[in-house]
Amino acid sequence: MSVNRDQRVDLEVVANLIPPQSRVLDVGSGDGSLLELLQDSKQVDGRGLELSQRGVNECVARGLSVIQGDADKDLEFYPDKGFDFVVLSQTLQATRNPKLVLDELLRIGNRAIVSFPNFGHWRVRLSLFVNGRMPVTKDLPYSWYDTPNIHFCTIRDFVNLCDELGATVEKATALDANGQKIGLSMPWWFWNFFGQQAVFLLKRQ
Amino acid sequence: MAVLRARKTNNEVDQPSSPVLRFGSDKPLKLDAGTLLSPFQIAYQTYGTLNDARSNAILVCHALTGDQHVASTNPVTGKPGWWEVLIGPGKIIDTNRFFVICSNVIGGCLGSTGPASTNPATGKPYGLDLPIITIRDMVRAQQMLIDHFGIEKLFCVLGGSMGGMQVLEWASSYPERVFSALPIATGARHSSQNIAFHEVGRQAVMADPDWHGGKYFEHGKRPEKGLAVARMAAHITYLSEAALHRKFGRNLQDREALTFGFDADFQIESYLRHQGMTFVDRFDANSYLYMTRSMDYFDLAADHGGRLADAFAGTKTRFCLVSFTSDWLFPTEESRSIVHALNAAGASVSFVEIETDRGHDAFLLDEPELFAAINGFIGSAARARGLGL
Repeated sequence: MSVNRDQRVDLEVVANLIPPQSRVLDVGSGDGSLLELLQDSKQVDGRGLELSQRGVNECVARGLSVIQGDADKDLEFYPDKGFDFVVLSQTLQATRNPKLVLDELLRIGNRAIVSFPNFGHWRVRLSLFVNGRMPVTKDLPYSWYDTPNIHFCTIRDFVNLCDELGATVEKATALDANGQKIGLSMPWWFWNFFGQQAVFLLKRQ
Repeated sequence: MAVLRARKTNNEVDQPSSPVLRFGSDKPLKLDAGTLLSPFQIAYQTYGTLNDARSNAILVCHALTGDQHVASTNPVTGKPGWWEVLIGPGKIIDTNRFFVICSNVIGGCLGSTGPASTNPATGKPYGLDLPIITIRDMVRAQQMLIDHFGIEKLFCVLGGSMGGMQVLEWASSYPERVFSALPIATGARHSSQNIAFHEVGRQAVMADPDWHGGKYFEHGKRPEKGLAVARMAAHITYLSEAALHRKFGRNLQDREALTFGFDADFQIESYLRHQGMTFVDRFDANSYLYMTRSMDYFDLAADHGGRLADAFAGTKTRFCLVSFTSDWLFPTEESRSIVHALNAAGASVSFVEIETDRGHDAFLLDEPELFAAINGFIGSAARARGLGL
């Protein structure tokens, strides 16, 4: 919804976390790429929530179960543990209240999968450090004044928020600028520096 | 000509030219009003062929002044079926693939039992002696028709406006018999404003001296003026300010200047008068009272302890809702509240809002985005039902 669509290397990573025939809610489903991937490759029972009407209409025309709605407002209408997985891919940073949204994801899904662009990536740091300007990269092509991404965080920030909400990180993956997974043995600071995107699998008891 | 047409309408009432299913005293229709309707009849049309598994049936529910002639020439008006843009061989709802059923609702005037039908107890038209008919009564009757075809589960039930109310009632009352549901431009209840518009229409009919307390047939009359005014007022609510202005503006009708009188100076006046006059040629005034009342009484949440989600608890039906941006009769918020209830019930639901300035009536028109949504929804539901091409 808020980053360049061609760069959605995180979709495969997300899809690999989901077992076949799961019930999945994709929050911020965009044009339905992830839902379609999941339906075709994992035969999931998939639903979507998407802010843009154009995206919704595209999804429904493609035969996907998607409704128009706002992650900030409409998650409250979903029942507790109604889904095996709730996915929020590349959308958290565009929500008005990320903490509340994440809390809702953990309520609605047995597990939540969250992917987001890492604001701790070295290019971002470099841009701020050297140029003193808000970073504009090919993944985050917006200027500060027109960006829908109003709540950026770093991987470490996100891990802290998970702690605060009582969520356990069951799995985490960081992807470098080429979409390659960063070795699992690497420490958090390394991920936070070289990870351009992160994908987290969360659970709350 | 008007007289001829009037007689023709009446002929369609008891002996319709479409197929009709008659239920004798052994099979009365239980009405929400607390009485039984018996005998009664349902006039219907079908298109396409029911497959051996009886799994390809689509029930179309018509709106306030619609009828069973959804995809074939209307015997009263001689015009094409009211949803021929959508339904037919090779169309979005392809009658080469699906068996499409559409029946005139109970309370209607095109062959199903309604206020113009002959009351067997008196030999005269029912008039206001017919009990009030509800949306649920209509659906109950349709269910008896579906039983007649031996159809366990309908592949899809769809309809707009009052038809959409029937779709919601079907999905709520008979969830196991509805594989997919497509309610368009509708609501789970009639709003206060909508009841108000309907009341204006009814009062216009009743204020016409030719109405005779509903016994106009016995006086050889019909409340044409009152019904025409009712239709004119209602017609405005089916459009939008933008569409009206685009189409008519302040253009004058066949004249160069204002006449300083009460003739139809403006095109919009002439247009509305025409709408009113043609409507009375095809529709029964008492039936209009009953149809509007059925919508006013509809409140699905109230039927379920005030919680709309409970109307759909445990449903396995696949839903797709559609609303239109310029529809002020059933604004998007009405559809959205149904979507929220379906979410709360854990239902499979899609929801599309279509950008158009054509108002409520957009559902009857050639709207490419509407057709794309219906096509996508029906296609994926057909795959899930094992009805591949």
